[in-house]
Amino acid sequence: MRKLLKPALMAVVLGCGWAFPAAAQELKIAMSSEPSSADPHYHNLTPNNQIARHVYEALVFMDQFQAIGPGLASSWKIVDDTTWEFKLRANIKFHDGSPLTVDDVIFTFNRVPNVPKSPAPKTSYIRGKTIEKIDDVTFRVKTPAPEALMLNHLANIEIMSAKASANVTTEDINAGRGAVGTGPYQFVEFVPGDRLVLKRNDAYWGNKEPWEKVTFRFIKSDPTRVAALLSGDVDVIETVPTADAQRLAKDPKVAIASALSNRLVYLHMDRYRAETPFVKGKDGSTVKNPFHDLKVRQAITKAINRPAIVDRIMEGEAVPASQMLPDSYAGTSKKLKPVAYDVEGARKLLAEAGYPNGFKLTIHGPNGRYTNDTKIIEAVAQMLTRVGIEASVETLPPAVFFSRASSGGPDKQPEFSMILAGWSAGTGEPSDSLRALLGTFDPKIGRGSANRGRYSNPAMDVVLDKALSTVDFDKRNVLLAEAAEIVMGDVGLIPIHYQKNTWAAKKGLKVTPRTDEYTLAMSVRP
Amino acid sequence: MLAFVIRRLAQAFFVVVAMVVLVFFGTYVIGDPVWMMVPGDATQEQVEEVRRTFGFDQPVYMQFLTFLGDVLRGEFGRSYVHGSSAIGLILDRMPATLELAFAALILAIVIGIPLGLFAGLKPDHPVSRGIMAVSILGFSLPTFWVGLMLIMLFSVMLGWLPATGRGPVISILGIETSLFSLEGWRHLFLPALNLALLKISLVIRLTRSGAREASLQDYVKFARAKGLSPRRIIGVHILKNIMIPIVTVLGLEFGSLVAFSVVTETIFAWPGMGKLLLEAIQRLDRPLIVGYVMVVVLLFVTINLIVDILYSALDPRVRLTGSQS
Amino acid sequence: MSAAISTPTPARGEFARFAARFAEDRVAVIGLVLLLAIVTMALLAPFITPQNPYDLGKVDIMDSRQPPGAKAGDGFAMWLGSDGMGRDLLSSILYGLRISLTVGVLSGVIAATIGLVLGLVAAYAGGRVETLIMRIVDLQLSLPSVLVALILVALLGKGIDKIILALVVVQWAYYARTVRGSALVERRKEYVEAARSLGLSHARTVFRHILPNCLAPVIVIATVQTAHAISLEATLSFLGVGLPQTEPSLGVLIANGFQYMLSGKYWISFFPGLALLLTIVAINLVGDRLRDVLNPRLEK
Repeated sequence: MRKLLKPALMAVVLGCGWAFPAAAQELKIAMSSEPSSADPHYHNLTPNNQIARHVYEALVFMDQFQAIGPGLASSWKIVDDTTWEFKLRANIKFHDGSPLTVDDVIFTFNRVPNVPKSPAPKTSYIRGKTIEKIDDVTFRVKTPAPEALMLNHLANIEIMSAKASANVTTEDINAGRGAVGTGPYQFVEFVPGDRLVLKRNDAYWGNKEPWEKVTFRFIKSDPTRVAALLSGDVDVIETVPTADAQRLAKDPKVAIASALSNRLVYLHMDRYRAETPFVKGKDGSTVKNPFHDLKVRQAITKAINRPAIVDRIMEGEAVPASQMLPDSYAGTSKKLKPVAYDVEGARKLLAEAGYPNGFKLTIHGPNGRYTNDTKIIEAVAQMLTRVGIEASVETLPPAVFFSRASSGGPDKQPEFSMILAGWSAGTGEPSDSLRALLGTFDPKIGRGSANRGRYSNPAMDVVLDKALSTVDFDKRNVLLAEAAEIVMGDVGLIPIHYQKNTWAAKKGLKVTPRTDEYTLAMSVRP
Repeated sequence: MLAFVIRRLAQAFFVVVAMVVLVFFGTYVIGDPVWMMVPGDATQEQVEEVRRTFGFDQPVYMQFLTFLGDVLRGEFGRSYVHGSSAIGLILDRMPATLELAFAALILAIVIGIPLGLFAGLKPDHPVSRGIMAVSILGFSLPTFWVGLMLIMLFSVMLGWLPATGRGPVISILGIETSLFSLEGWRHLFLPALNLALLKISLVIRLTRSGAREASLQDYVKFARAKGLSPRRIIGVHILKNIMIPIVTVLGLEFGSLVAFSVVTETIFAWPGMGKLLLEAIQRLDRPLIVGYVMVVVLLFVTINLIVDILYSALDPRVRLTGSQS
Repeated sequence: MSAAISTPTPARGEFARFAARFAEDRVAVIGLVLLLAIVTMALLAPFITPQNPYDLGKVDIMDSRQPPGAKAGDGFAMWLGSDGMGRDLLSSILYGLRISLTVGVLSGVIAATIGLVLGLVAAYAGGRVETLIMRIVDLQLSLPSVLVALILVALLGKGIDKIILALVVVQWAYYARTVRGSALVERRKEYVEAARSLGLSHARTVFRHILPNCLAPVIVIATVQTAHAISLEATLSFLGVGLPQTEPSLGVLIANGFQYMLSGKYWISFFPGLALLLTIVAINLVGDRLRDVLNPRLEK
């Protein structure tokens, strides 16, 4: 078998080499953020996960639209509401040549919660799940309650080799010891602050990669990343700055690829205090919290000119938002449309709510956490000022902002009156966003964990809970759309836009854009 | 001399302790690091779990005591984000920064002193005026702006030099350096120049002002009257007289080059410890910040010590303060 | 050195003599005129600019990124174009100058005063006092300015007063160390011993005799540092810990323009950069001449 494969493989490599003599050998990608480690289970964050995806693979894969398909598991079936049965793909080998078996899956499930000093463990993805081995390639996963997001969770667990990775520490993996997976690339070295190098796994079970060597360079400064592409230092850059996207699109030496992302930028309003500290009357007097009034919330959402923000601030690198995720995603509502810009309507609503002269408001937000975050807040403040709400802006470094926005107030409650933040739906569907951002705050069951406005709507909670225990895909999506319609009708938060993810590459390279912000060498083809 | 060095090292110890305490509580005040560690969709439960893992749920004095205990056992803390030894991470990145700062310092001296001498000795010459005018550019434009301009000009438009990163490194006596290859220097030149610009201006100005003063002093007039060659006057009498402020300032500036390399390293994606510090600050990685400060304070105290010893060598009238009383 | 001992007491007519000496250098006079013009324009900004760039009700993002000469939605021409938020750049630059000059000059003056006093005291007193002061200087100089600024911003919030405080904290040690260096040399010189043996008080010896002879390096550093403070403020804004974005200083304008540098919209960072450059050149031309005029050792 091997003997047969090798010439074929050589032909593939030579073929690529023919078409692109120099370029096809090494691919250099500039990343905007750096992984904290090469250990796939150490830190559950995009920069780490996207690197891990090259070396390790999960039981199921998410494609560029975050739709779920077979991965290391070739098939699965739902035995009952709490039992799933998976079958591993045949003839998969780890980088060290050992075959993939159910023991590796069990090993991985044991390793995930036991990575020492993990700053963000992946434990929540496997919590409560028990594995039952049927044979070497078949196993069952049992959960205590019906779990609708089983596959979405498994897509985030990278399988490691029980043999090669037994007892390896995070530091070992950073140094390349025991960094053994099944992925299309093998780990070569990680130089923190500078680069991470991979080489092709020539024995990969899937389609062979065209790149013999992949080097990820970490270039955080936006213009520098663009300059690195233009000067030929790198072949592909991620997170093209909005200011440069239009210019690069016109550049004949550059190819641009862009996709609508799963990241929503939104405003949260204080919904738990009777008086809120950053709202004052026009004369500086204390007033009652206006955000409890639906008309005020509707006025604010009407006052925001979303197309203007998209066009003037984001330079087209975003799309006006109507709900938690773009309606191309499953589980979203097709009925919800972005609220139209209507200054007169907003003024009228404010007057009806008893604020004919508006009020004073300070909007808080992070600087440098989301694309153009400070400028978006300034634009929102401009727009609110035009309808009579005298808005001022205070942006803080993210390290300060998130701490205060989450627990900076009395009794460790959120501090601010109105904040701008962003949310990326890693699961590729809206239930997670709805539950975390708008579910009634309840730390015991983990609901409302990012609900920094403490919005609470029992009607939505009920529908959402029902959706989360509905394993049937289509039935669940109907319930999720209903939940979205409930909260958006109540203006539980104010969606502004969905970001676009944009990549730029040297002409001749083709990048397949992804909605989940992951930059993968597998998405780049000559 | 030895007593002086020992005294200074003892003082250095207290400086380090004071700094560590300051920085420890300073970073505590900024915010709760847990929010910079967990992903945005983490639940309250996960947040609490991470807090417990790292001891953020403890009162600050307890956290400090734990930290002190670790230090006494020789464990200087592990980076919250990277999980590995903070000091180790910093030392890994230190050669790159020192290389950059050193190259910048050399550029500052090699360019700054001759130009400054010329401007000081011939203050009314049009070239001198030109030198002084251009030197103003060095510190009036922000480093990040000039850095990107250098990249635009030399990398994007002319294509002469690489835009980012460090050249290939080789290990010499256990120290990794990129100074021994052409590719290394090609990568080093732009960031070093960027970092040096402010220092070049400073050296030009200090040298000029020192040279002007010295050339009017009695002993120089006397030397001139005695018919000594201009070369000897400049080389021996003037240079010697202006070395004190220059050595002081450059001694200081080497430390500040290291500290300010933060910006240059960010612009040029130079894998040094300045970039590491900036990320550590942004992520509130306290052990890393504390470790950085410890390393830099030690570096600084050492430099100051050398500067003070050089002082006494250059000007015997300056006493070594630590050795008295 | 003989000139140093007879440091003249300020008297009537002194200023005229001083002004005459200053005016000997044409370039310095041009610098002074430029500086006065810049300061006047900055002071008069609210009366001469077409837009108040700090009033969110007047700024419109529909006007953003317009090239020089374009008409704003409100009808006036934006001669230098507009920035990414739709602020008229000419107005923003003049308003921004007010903030940057205030920040640069105030922080420089305060830092120089603190540094001068502590440096002199250290050099003159010696012993434990000197050790204490110089170790605090070491401590201060080893604190990265970014860290200081971030901690201060976290503690106090953003604002002009906070940034001035941060810049003073970052800068004073430079002055202290340099002054001590020169004062140590001066202290040993004959005229100090002469003054002491004449029975002059410590304070008089330090401030009347040692201080004037240490001023030259201080002025060199001050002209550099004031300019540097303005650009450091820009750098801090670039790193996200500077001044509030809605009331941009010159530094904030440049930092914001940074992201447009490769996009072909050169004016967003070019004009604020040019304004900064002119200001700093003017400060330095004046500063250089002042230094030469004030330096007793250069008196012919």
